[in-house]
Amino acid sequence: MLELDAITAGYERGAPVVRDAHLTVAAGEAVGLLGPSGCGKSTLARVAALLHRPDAGTVTLDGSRVTGWRHRAPRGQRTAIGVVFQQPRLSADPRLSLRDLIAEPLRATGRRDEAAATVRELSRATGLGDDLLGRRPHEVSDGQLQRACLARALVLRPRWLVCDEMTAMLDASTTAALVAVVETYRRESGAGLLAVGHDRVLLERWCDRTLRWDEVAAA
Amino acid sequence: MAELAPKTAGWRSHGRTRRSTRTVRVRTSAVVVAAVLLAVLVVPPLANLDQQAVDLSMKLRPPSLAHPFGTDDVGRDLLLRCVYGLRVSLLVGLVAALAATIIGTAVGAAAAAFGGWTDRVVMRLVDTFSSVPHLLLGIFVVAMFRPGVWPVIVSVALTHWLSTARIVRSEVLSLRSRPYIDAAVSGGASRWRVAVRHLLPGVLPQAGLAAVLMVPHAMWHESALSFLGLGLPTHQASLGNLVQSARGSLLAGDWWPTLFPGLLLIVPTLAIAGLAGAWRERINPRRRSELML
Repeated sequence: MLELDAITAGYERGAPVVRDAHLTVAAGEAVGLLGPSGCGKSTLARVAALLHRPDAGTVTLDGSRVTGWRHRAPRGQRTAIGVVFQQPRLSADPRLSLRDLIAEPLRATGRRDEAAATVRELSRATGLGDDLLGRRPHEVSDGQLQRACLARALVLRPRWLVCDEMTAMLDASTTAALVAVVETYRRESGAGLLAVGHDRVLLERWCDRTLRWDEVAAA
Repeated sequence: MAELAPKTAGWRSHGRTRRSTRTVRVRTSAVVVAAVLLAVLVVPPLANLDQQAVDLSMKLRPPSLAHPFGTDDVGRDLLLRCVYGLRVSLLVGLVAALAATIIGTAVGAAAAAFGGWTDRVVMRLVDTFSSVPHLLLGIFVVAMFRPGVWPVIVSVALTHWLSTARIVRSEVLSLRSRPYIDAAVSGGASRWRVAVRHLLPGVLPQAGLAAVLMVPHAMWHESALSFLGLGLPTHQASLGNLVQSARGSLLAGDWWPTLFPGLLLIVPTLAIAGLAGAWRERINPRRRSELML
């Protein structure tokens, strides 16, 4: 269970972006969150991924209450949630090759020796050719880079996935491919999904239940 | 999924065949810097001559074949003195710039990393020190020591890390808020790993550029301190000392003891600044190159 209760979050004191948001994702469930641009849904996604400390409210992850965000969250909690962001260009370190990009979480958590095999398997699943893995982010397209970012999010086999406008920058066929990768992973692992976006048709077909922003948070 | 793999066999990297941005200025700068380095590194060990050799019968001779730069007021060969002087000035410039960059990078990165009160206090201190002229602060530092190479290096290093600290701090702050840092945190990276693996490589080009741009600056400060008689001991050939000791003869109409050390100060520093400027344009094409001496 990933539970967000009465979350108020923002970047400046006294001017919250998200006010009093409630959201629950059950294990194995796919929840879509629909909202217009600038409403605060990305901020809420960052709170859910333990990347942004809310000003008020509680997040409960698998029954235990979250007390710290970012580096203050225990590594086990942080890595239990895989995140994919909207802009692959900004979410990839420009100095790492796609292979290193995907393997980075394994190296960071001291599982270096699994890297080669896992990267091979995930690049096959996400449809990245071997020649692409040696390239750096500026040498591949947005769609190819987003495939690598999705592979990176899956590499630690998270129990939860937060996809923040994962497909907003991509064409229809890449969108379909990435959604298929996420769904295959969820079928195998039983992971829960929070998919944030503004594309009603996509989210309603993808998710078990889709919530509008005004159902989740105070305006 | 495999059939969705993009066909990109025909794609080629443009990394190797990058367009040439070398203008005349960059080429000239490169040649000058290479010549200076060669002269400074090769001449002293090869030419087995004593730069301190005094020959009073040859004092203040104008440039000739035997002494291309002429001789000074005690008959020492000025070409040799200038090469040794350039060597000392360049060494002081390099070491001071390196030390200043290390201090600046450490302070700037720490201020950005800790944030909050640490950041505010450190950056206000940087502002305070920046508001005092470098030279004045430098004189204050050298005045506490006996003349020598190290006090000058310390003085220049301690007064020149401020701008690097500002550059590094803003760079770290900007890098830190990027989604790829979020992704690293979410992927279980420790603070240390985020700093070393993602932040430091992003900051190093800017810090390295700041270091190179600082070399000419540091050389000028060394010369200024020596010219004021506060820098290196007067017997030691440095560009500042050479210009300082030539003042008397300039009034008597002997132009060469002032001209040649002066040129050796101006031309190599402009060349280094020219190369650094080209580097900066490559790192950040939006910023117009300007001489930051």
